[in-house]
Amino acid sequence: MDAVFLARVQFAMTAGFHFLFPPVSIGLAWLVVILEGMGWRKNNLVYQKAGKFFGKLLALTFAVGVATGIVMEFQFGTNWSEYSKFVGDIFGAPLAAEGVFAFFLESGFLGLYLFGRNRVSKGVHWFSALMVAFGSTLSAFWIIVANSWQQTPSGYIINNNRAELSSFYDAVFNPSTLPRYFHTVDAALMCGAFFVAGISAYYLLNKKHLDEARASMKVAVIFGLIVSLLEVFPFGHTHAQQVARTQPEKFAAIEGLYTTQQGAPVVLFAIPSSKPPELKASLEVPKVLSWLAFGDVNASVKGLNDFPKDEIPPLELTFISFHTMVALGMFFILVLLWALYAIYRKTLWQNRPLLKILLWSIPLPVIACQVGWMAAEVGRQPWIVYRLLKTQMAASVTVGAGEILFSIILFGLIYLALLCLYIFLLVKEVKNGPEHDLVNHTEKNNLVEA
Amino acid sequence: MMDLNTIWFVLVGVLITGYAVLDGFDFGVGILHLFTENEREKRVSLNAIGPVWDGNEVWLLTAGGALFAAFPVVYATVFSGFYIALMLLLLALIMRAVSMEFRSKVDNAKWRKMWDFAFGIGSLLPPVLFGVAIGNILHGLPINEKGIFTGSFLALLNPYSILIGVLSCVMFIMHGAIYLAMKSQNEQHDRSMSVASKAWVAFVILYVISTLASIVVSPFLFEGILKNPLFWILFILMTLSIVFLPLALKLKRLSYAFISSSVVIASMIGLMAVSLFPRLVPSVTDLSYSLTVYNSSSTGRTLSTMLIVALLGMPLVILYTAFIYRVFKGKVTIDEGSC
Repeated sequence: MDAVFLARVQFAMTAGFHFLFPPVSIGLAWLVVILEGMGWRKNNLVYQKAGKFFGKLLALTFAVGVATGIVMEFQFGTNWSEYSKFVGDIFGAPLAAEGVFAFFLESGFLGLYLFGRNRVSKGVHWFSALMVAFGSTLSAFWIIVANSWQQTPSGYIINNNRAELSSFYDAVFNPSTLPRYFHTVDAALMCGAFFVAGISAYYLLNKKHLDEARASMKVAVIFGLIVSLLEVFPFGHTHAQQVARTQPEKFAAIEGLYTTQQGAPVVLFAIPSSKPPELKASLEVPKVLSWLAFGDVNASVKGLNDFPKDEIPPLELTFISFHTMVALGMFFILVLLWALYAIYRKTLWQNRPLLKILLWSIPLPVIACQVGWMAAEVGRQPWIVYRLLKTQMAASVTVGAGEILFSIILFGLIYLALLCLYIFLLVKEVKNGPEHDLVNHTEKNNLVEA
Repeated sequence: MMDLNTIWFVLVGVLITGYAVLDGFDFGVGILHLFTENEREKRVSLNAIGPVWDGNEVWLLTAGGALFAAFPVVYATVFSGFYIALMLLLLALIMRAVSMEFRSKVDNAKWRKMWDFAFGIGSLLPPVLFGVAIGNILHGLPINEKGIFTGSFLALLNPYSILIGVLSCVMFIMHGAIYLAMKSQNEQHDRSMSVASKAWVAFVILYVISTLASIVVSPFLFEGILKNPLFWILFILMTLSIVFLPLALKLKRLSYAFISSSVVIASMIGLMAVSLFPRLVPSVTDLSYSLTVYNSSSTGRTLSTMLIVALLGMPLVILYTAFIYRVFKGKVTIDEGSC
């Protein structure tokens, strides 16, 4: 196995694993802001308890996110030193800005939020939760800026064998930054909504902590439905249009369009294959892709066969991951519509099948984030920076395959252990429930006295 | 007037200093945690750093980002050159981060013991590795004319670098012990005080040895340094704080002792920076292949843009960080917010 391939495996693993946590943290943080805010303003004990409870789950999720995020900051240098030299003049700035503007904010105020409940006023305490949510959302912005520049580079000139900054504004607000930012952050909010809804469903199913569960369920379903609708329109739609405009190869691959055609169909389902290039068992709606992409049913959409063979992304992975994401997105809307209707009819609290669906849906938005990210990143191949630098040319020259393999195994084992521990502790905290705190508190004090 | 490259050399240095001073005491507290038996004392040490360690670690992330933005060639060369060492460092930081969160979640002695150990090792390894890394930088790296690292992991473990690793570890034990003494009471307080005094003695001895070793190993660091007023300012500052530190401990003025050890750390990093400048990474292959603030930097446009980012962001960071530290001022109290 060659070093570049291993470096890609390592990056996919560490980034993919890290990306399980920040979307949940971001979404959960905003729901905690809402719950704590309602608890504080209305002086409502139920919301206060729910807010505090989900705040603890946020801390757990945040910790694993922080732990695995450190790797990301250094990995460009360790594994992709040629890339780092090529893009350093542009790519480092958003990472540094993320630290300065966002990381300090979220980390500092998370400490205040978790440890400072009895040390600051309720208003300041709520403000600290708000800063955690705001900081993590801002941090997502700078990361998306960096990643979007790889997708649709702009604001640069090629000079001295590297990309040099010509306009910071153009580099930050490159063509894909905003569409991708809204799409990604909104997906994170969905992760938070399903997380809260699913855990509330668990309590409703087990007839425990019913007051808190109902309160948080209502907030999560309403919030979740709004963001799920927004995710499809306008955010998903505008992002897809932007891809069609700025990265036509990726667009053709995710949509499974092999031949250039006018009035291109949208493929709802198919089994893709690249040798020979065809879609099997495909279910298509004629002309809709042209209309979605360019607002004209007869618009011409470029197919993969019109691009150089060595400049198109792998087909199967992009097509399948993209379609999985879309299917999940539709599922989320349906489930939340159903849940909202059930809340309105006051039947949700007894509707066991629906509650079970909500419970088991907790990981689904996270999976949607993963496959969406796969479609975005695999769809960018073979480029590491679109049409400027190929992935093949970007890895570290001094790092051998053996060293990379060693670190893949090391991180693979640690990450597997972390995932098991995270799930174990999450389940344990959920089983303990919102009231656990007080019990635990006396236990701890006894322990201290002993 | 300093040029942009020099300004960013200073700023990256400031970020590294902020990291060393702040996360440094976290490391010290974590190392001492390894030798703590009593459960209450363990909880005090965890809660002493619990609210702030995460924010402290951000200084490292920001320093990493700033190095990438300002000196990408250094970021790429050093990090890929230190590959295995960096992977170990990242693992240690991961362990430390999760152990603090996981430890209190299960009420079981074995579970807690496991995470205590992970927390201790996760706090011990980084200062040693940072020290070894800095030792290698001061020593110089095998870098060829294309700016590419040609060494190996094992070569990084040379005696001089290990000496700097031990120095760094002892320095952070001293720093962390003073912090813990500020935060704890009774026996734990007394023990921390005595560790701080002993670590001070060890630090002074190791510091003298390291300085002599540096003169032998890397004479280029000392060329013309005696004519540099900045060197003398930092040197005097450092000497004064080293002398003042045990006095402050004796007089039980712990906040002065803590400020002293912070100044020791900061001026030591300052002295290293002064002796390295304008090089960032000296090359032992040929000193003229060294990576400097000029041959490995980003463009002026990026450096000036980033300067604006830093000037906008960092005052705010310092402001709310100070506020958060003020909220958690004083001795640790174990209450329902504790971990």
